[in-house]
Amino acid sequence: MNMKKSVFIRDGYPLGAVYKWQQGKVIVANVELRKISKTFRGRTALQDVSFEIGDGEFFVLLGPTGAGKTTSLRIVAGLEKQDAGSILFDGEAADTHSPAERDIAFVFQQYSLYPTMSVYDNLAFPLRSPLRKTPETEVKRRVTEAAEKLRISHLLERKTARLSGGEMQRVSIGRAIVRDPRIFLMDEPLSNLDAKLREALRIELVHIQKTQGSTTLYVTHDQVEALTLADRIAVLRQGKIVQIGTPQDIYDRPANIFVAQLVGSPRINLLPASRTDGALHIDESSLQIPLSAAHQPLPAKFTLGIRPEDIQPATDGAFTGEVALIEPLGAETILYIKSGAQTFTSIVSSMLRWRIGDSLQFTIVQEHLHYFDQTGGRLMPKQA
Amino acid sequence: MAQIELRQVEKKFGEAYAVKPVDLTINDGEFVVLLGPSGCGKTTTLRMISGLEAVSGGQILINGRDVTWNHPSDRDIAFVFQFFALYPLMTVRQNIAFTLEAQKVARREVEQRVNDVAKLLQIEHLLQRRPKALSGGDKQRVALARALVRRPAAFLMDEPLGALDADFRAVMRAEIKRLHLAQHATTVYVTHDQIEAMAMSDRIVVMSAAAVQQVGAPMEVYYDPANLFVARFIGSPGMNLVAGRLVNGVVQLPGGNHYTPPESWHTRLVEQLSSDDVILGFRPEAARLKHDGPFKTQVYADDLYGAYSMLHLALEGEQAATMVHVRAERDNLHKIGETVAFDLDPTMVRFFDPKSELSVPVTDKNS
Repeated sequence: MNMKKSVFIRDGYPLGAVYKWQQGKVIVANVELRKISKTFRGRTALQDVSFEIGDGEFFVLLGPTGAGKTTSLRIVAGLEKQDAGSILFDGEAADTHSPAERDIAFVFQQYSLYPTMSVYDNLAFPLRSPLRKTPETEVKRRVTEAAEKLRISHLLERKTARLSGGEMQRVSIGRAIVRDPRIFLMDEPLSNLDAKLREALRIELVHIQKTQGSTTLYVTHDQVEALTLADRIAVLRQGKIVQIGTPQDIYDRPANIFVAQLVGSPRINLLPASRTDGALHIDESSLQIPLSAAHQPLPAKFTLGIRPEDIQPATDGAFTGEVALIEPLGAETILYIKSGAQTFTSIVSSMLRWRIGDSLQFTIVQEHLHYFDQTGGRLMPKQA
Repeated sequence: MAQIELRQVEKKFGEAYAVKPVDLTINDGEFVVLLGPSGCGKTTTLRMISGLEAVSGGQILINGRDVTWNHPSDRDIAFVFQFFALYPLMTVRQNIAFTLEAQKVARREVEQRVNDVAKLLQIEHLLQRRPKALSGGDKQRVALARALVRRPAAFLMDEPLGALDADFRAVMRAEIKRLHLAQHATTVYVTHDQIEAMAMSDRIVVMSAAAVQQVGAPMEVYYDPANLFVARFIGSPGMNLVAGRLVNGVVQLPGGNHYTPPESWHTRLVEQLSSDDVILGFRPEAARLKHDGPFKTQVYADDLYGAYSMLHLALEGEQAATMVHVRAERDNLHKIGETVAFDLDPTMVRFFDPKSELSVPVTDKNS
């Protein structure tokens, strides 16, 4: 098959990566990383990273800056060579394949469009490559289809220099989907946009992904993007995978304190607690939760995690506190509830009106509690 | 203690307005946020209050005293910038004490005041360190301490949290508010982040295109936006806005949907609208998924936020679809393409005139 070996590079990525024409062939795109390790000048960037992206899966790498997300993506692309481990595309080792041979498409943070070309020509560009020689009727069909999906049909005749930031990002996503590549690699594609645009484009991505089902590896540090877009999330920290799971798994059953804090806004409450005869005590507060049989394996000292939505004011609540601070956000309001020396973050419907200094009773949803040991690891599986 | 009053304050660069005439009274002890996208005039307004920028017209009064042409140092206000402008070679203590020493405040008093403010901000253990050795958040606390130690009559803050990451912003946001509640110093705070504005302020001044769009308490601006700009800008996502047509007391909406307002609203709607065209507005939480709800539409995309989920629904129109966002329970996920039905909580329905872009009130405000 005809391949273009030389790719031109922008921001470290090949532009419009590969020009391989697939002629209607159904391509199964499954990508596997096996025990990938990488060091840069003696500093470990990735250590024994393994995961498998299923065909049609939207797989998100989530983690803070420097966790190894982009390095993983670049290794999958073939732009970076791992020190150890292997990459498999559809079960075949791809380690020796050039970036071009891997048949990937990139969407970047910065849109890399040709400013003097129309939107149509920008979208058609990868298809018209001399190596693909796509017939113009086919080019037209694909461009029209991609434009419809992204709601940019009305912009096709415009020069890209005259587009808004959000429109440009749509066109650059369009240029990736028009090619129908084996896998999409996306490196924080929404991070340079303002909040409203990011929101709108994220919705488009959800729609495209769930209706089109292309295999995608997506890198972000934004927990909302990860929760809302992913089929599965791999949380990376300091070059190691901390947890892999569905968004619901990651949110409801975080493997450790790091993951628990990384997802959810406002942040999970983490409180030092201890186990005594019949109850859990939250240190420096008068809060006690009766122990059930399920709590029996708990050690004497541990950290209790409570999501803000699991603390709710209730007239018959077993706990009492005082409203220390109120942050209305719109549909919801954050209440900071002081009880003893501890302050709890709670998120409640804005329909309830509170004033600072109000004393209130609240309940804690016990079946949603999280327990972590002294090293931060999750203590026992949460009861469903 | 300070009340700040702006009377017809404006700023022009040549013929172009950077800030169109503003009338605004900021009460003593109040926390007011100037909110808007970049270029809306919010920072220019703040700089005019501080005296760093001269007004092109109007008056600025602090506690009734006209300070329009006073030097910034003669206004009894403290400025906190986005950048941690700390002296790198001085210790934290020296950084905080610097302005007091420059004002020749007695040494013992300087020490007392620095200690007090360090305690308030919980940075006592850092006083001997140099700024270089501090985290971003601690640097910002020191910058705040340096402003606080002067005990000014008012604080002016220009995106002080802009340089921090999202997670830490939420923490500092609560800390600044707590500090404000402890001190009750009049504060004018500039941000482009509507969540910050909602969470922190007593009142929000929403600005766009050099003009004040609305002044109100956070929930007032959220539920009763004065115009389409405010409706879109406040909230994440913004207010759902669906263009329709008022025919015989019924609002005809895209996708064959319609909304029938209570009869008592009819006269007011007809009186105020400039034509049959109307925009229906409602927040995502105003919609309630109900199998027999009057609105029927297809799911375009769905979102899980952890604690809840959001459905994005497409109301198909003749030319383009209008996206409507609706809140749902966390495990209430619907498939893309599935048809769902919802109704609206009438107390949360708003109307706008598409020509003037202004809100069309149909009930008397009672809250």
